[in-house]
Amino acid sequence: MLILLNRIILTIFISAVSFSASSEEMNTNYLKTDWSFKGIFGTFDRASLQRGYQVYQEVCSGCHSVQHLSYRNLSEKGGPEFSVEEAKAIAAQFEVEDGPNSDGEMFMRPGRLSDTFVKPYPNVEASTAANGGAYPPDMSVLTKARKGGANYIYSLLLGYEEAPTGFELDEGVYYNKYMPGNKIKMTAPLSDGLVEYSDGTPSTRAQMAKDVTAFLVWVAEPHLESQHRMGFKSIIYLIILFILVYMSKQKVWSRFDSKKEPEEETFDKVERAVTEYEGEDPKTFK
Amino acid sequence: MSGEKYIPKSKLAQWFDSRLPLLTLSHHLTEYPTPKNLNYWWTFGGILTIFLITQIVTGIVLAMHYVPHVDHAFESVEHIMRDVNYGWLIRYAHANGASMFFLAVYIHIFRGLFYGSYKSPREMIWITGLIIYLLMMATAFMGYVLPWGQMSFWAATVITNLFSAIPLFGENVTEWLWGGFSVDNPTLIRFYSLHYLFPFLIFGLVVLHIWALHVPGNNNPVGIDVKKNGNETMPFHPYMVMKDLTALLVFLIIYLWFVFFAPNVLGHPDNYIEANPLVTPPHIVPEWYLLPFYAILRAIPSKLGGVIFMFASIFILMALPWLDTSKVRSSVFRPIYRKFFWVLVVVVILLGYLGAKPPEGIYLILARIATAYYFIHFLVLLPILGRYEKTDPLPMSISDPVLNKQDLMDKFKKTVTQYEGDDVDSFK
Repeated sequence: MLILLNRIILTIFISAVSFSASSEEMNTNYLKTDWSFKGIFGTFDRASLQRGYQVYQEVCSGCHSVQHLSYRNLSEKGGPEFSVEEAKAIAAQFEVEDGPNSDGEMFMRPGRLSDTFVKPYPNVEASTAANGGAYPPDMSVLTKARKGGANYIYSLLLGYEEAPTGFELDEGVYYNKYMPGNKIKMTAPLSDGLVEYSDGTPSTRAQMAKDVTAFLVWVAEPHLESQHRMGFKSIIYLIILFILVYMSKQKVWSRFDSKKEPEEETFDKVERAVTEYEGEDPKTFK
Repeated sequence: MSGEKYIPKSKLAQWFDSRLPLLTLSHHLTEYPTPKNLNYWWTFGGILTIFLITQIVTGIVLAMHYVPHVDHAFESVEHIMRDVNYGWLIRYAHANGASMFFLAVYIHIFRGLFYGSYKSPREMIWITGLIIYLLMMATAFMGYVLPWGQMSFWAATVITNLFSAIPLFGENVTEWLWGGFSVDNPTLIRFYSLHYLFPFLIFGLVVLHIWALHVPGNNNPVGIDVKKNGNETMPFHPYMVMKDLTALLVFLIIYLWFVFFAPNVLGHPDNYIEANPLVTPPHIVPEWYLLPFYAILRAIPSKLGGVIFMFASIFILMALPWLDTSKVRSSVFRPIYRKFFWVLVVVVILLGYLGAKPPEGIYLILARIATAYYFIHFLVLLPILGRYEKTDPLPMSISDPVLNKQDLMDKFKKTVTQYEGDDVDSFK
């Protein structure tokens, strides 16, 4: 018994000591910006999504795939809303493997609206090998797959800094304020003026980061706008229905409450209660 | 409401009902007498039924589009989210519906604990309810594996590995569950199959649960027996139907708020990363509703011990009607038990919080204390309280609050006045 007690105390002691050794730290004090898609009425800014697509295409797509997105999505409602012709033109820029044809050969053809986005590498192993052992994650649902979502991605893109003195960095590893563990294998992807926006928006780092993050939020959640719209409508509908049902319920219940207890029953009940309080002889009750 | 035998009016209906008494059943269900003092905590049974049906309906639609294969599962979920008409709505409704289902079932269980609904003669309602709860946990766990994200895979690995703690044949059991030597395609397919089957078992048990309820009738906030044919009960329809519907709508508003505006807050971001057996996530955590049990599992220093305590924490509830020896049902009249009830609620919530934290340092110490308290509550406190607690006086009927002597006198005088005339003093 004593040995057991000793063990328990020892365990508690050891646990208390090991408390100081907490898990890897993470900077969750993300940079904030005003996202148009946040909130109950949140919608995407079309121009921003189109610019974001441009940044993805010119900067990210060299390494990062969006394998669950199709070219047709680009022209669908609630997204960047390119015209169908524009989306077709975008798809046609890419070579897609198809087949086998009647000779049993695989062949390359220009992309169509129904194709999913062409991947930069044929498989994860190839992309890992080409990127110094770190796999550039697929970005189809990236904003949902990271704690902090859009704010995290936005902060990460702008979080590159000189490593503080004494911070050891290996070859091909960079310092980033917002990456868990502060080490990242991706070089700073954005620099001022890296892409030339066709709508004349100045392509600052912050602007590009914001546009491409908004684009990635849409990529992860292509139905976000209809989700918000339907959510607002259904909740308003339920609130009105609730008020009506509550009033009907009160009305229905009032029918029952008006049914008074028969007098005789009250009399019996009181008598029984009195008996219990005063003993068997009801005559002593005054 | 009356106990008389129901006879349908028309000849045809009589012919039908004497061969298949569906009309009698429907008559019984609508006229089922419910105590008139049931509060809104009693509406969760109805809410749970609706959620079970919602889960089954959304689940059947999802099963039409989902592909149970390690190479296609993640992709097919994205296909549902993107390409299936309103697929995102169906999937978010199903995923958040599971969370709401558990929220409702926890309220339902704690309501039973507070008002002593598990006591004689309602033990079988309690026990069938607990079996439903166990099946719900198994179903939810297997459903969480299906999207084949990182958390799906690693949760499946952790949970199935628990069985390897069983002495002698533990390893064999685990391999049998996997259908191989690790969590892989056979595991995914059998989880899919069982995830489809279990809700229907739950449905069957719900029928038994309600059947067992309709034998003694509802408990009520006062916890004393009601007279079935006095004015203490009201027919289920329309009174309780309307009240249940009112509560259901409030609950649906909360549910839909999650579905449309925060569909992913209750899940883990890692589950949007496709399963990778070579990469272990930093913290493997189950869904929020299983966290208290996860905390108990990790609080015990040995693997086998942890598994035993985790299962014991649920099975101990099955013995509750016999561990709690107090004759008084409702804790409204049990001043000391009432305090311990709230301590238990806090301890379970604390365990849930600790289950999400890494098992180290102060978190581990707290988890051990909370685990110990959980078992002490049921095994020590309840039997002792049943014996020594001085309960408050029970009212005569659910219509009367506990009357003090003065109130009784007043009520008595008033009644007597009506019978005897104004001169109260003449009554002796």
